[in-house]
Amino acid sequence: MSRASEERNRAMLRARDAMDARYDQRLDLAALARLACCSESHLIRSFRATFGETPHRYLQRRRVERAMHLLRTTPTSVTDVCWAVGFASLGTFVRTFVRVVGETPTAYRARGPLPPVPACFAMAWLRPSGFGEAEDAAAALASRAC
Amino acid sequence: MLTSLTITSLYVLDQDQALDFYVGTLGLEVATDADLGFMRWLTVRVPGETREILLERPGPPALDPATAEQVRDLVTKGATGGLFFQTDDVQATWDALRAKGVELPEEPVERDYGTDFGFRDPFGNHVRVAQPRG
Repeated sequence: MSRASEERNRAMLRARDAMDARYDQRLDLAALARLACCSESHLIRSFRATFGETPHRYLQRRRVERAMHLLRTTPTSVTDVCWAVGFASLGTFVRTFVRVVGETPTAYRARGPLPPVPACFAMAWLRPSGFGEAEDAAAALASRAC
Repeated sequence: MLTSLTITSLYVLDQDQALDFYVGTLGLEVATDADLGFMRWLTVRVPGETREILLERPGPPALDPATAEQVRDLVTKGATGGLFFQTDDVQATWDALRAKGVELPEEPVERDYGTDFGFRDPFGNHVRVAQPRG
């Protein structure tokens, strides 16, 4: 570990914080790269090396986490939740949600309300850990739909 | 039985820089700044409070060099603990920190429990400031 890698960590953390704050906006790699003082391709590579996933994938998880929160803390419709967290298409939102969470937004909402916890903890702990683990559940749901 | 929490430890990468940030910028006060020989015991607190934050630099003899490097890596990734402060005027606090040049990635947001915002210390530790719902 070198001081250069600490600087890189800090720069990537700055980019991640910006995505956390502006999750409802279109992914702007150029702006994130400026924030991290590097090129877009370097940003993608370094972000992945630092946090284990690309900025795009992180943003998708952040949006799904926000959607999970809204679904269980507000009466906002699934469609409006989709727009509120930054998805441009309801179909993409539902597909991504099912792939990440393993159940539909409506089924997830039926679990009931969430207790209030500080926003940063909600963000860190409600954010699903990845896409892969929900694939079996998504496949089962898809087969039931057929 | 336990009666109170007195000291919380926070890893910082440079104690002078930490002092400048937590006291000079955030407005905490120094509780103790003592050279123990093997370490600098540096604690700060919210003025008027008794709970102290130990601003601890990861390194020998508490941690071997390799472990200290791992801790530094985690701190700069934002993967270690954070601090939660309360204020009676969250917007004024945000404005004051912004005027002092603190990087503020988000504006105050109204939540179920009040209004708050988060930011990082110079090393990557998360700091959150909240005004509870009145």
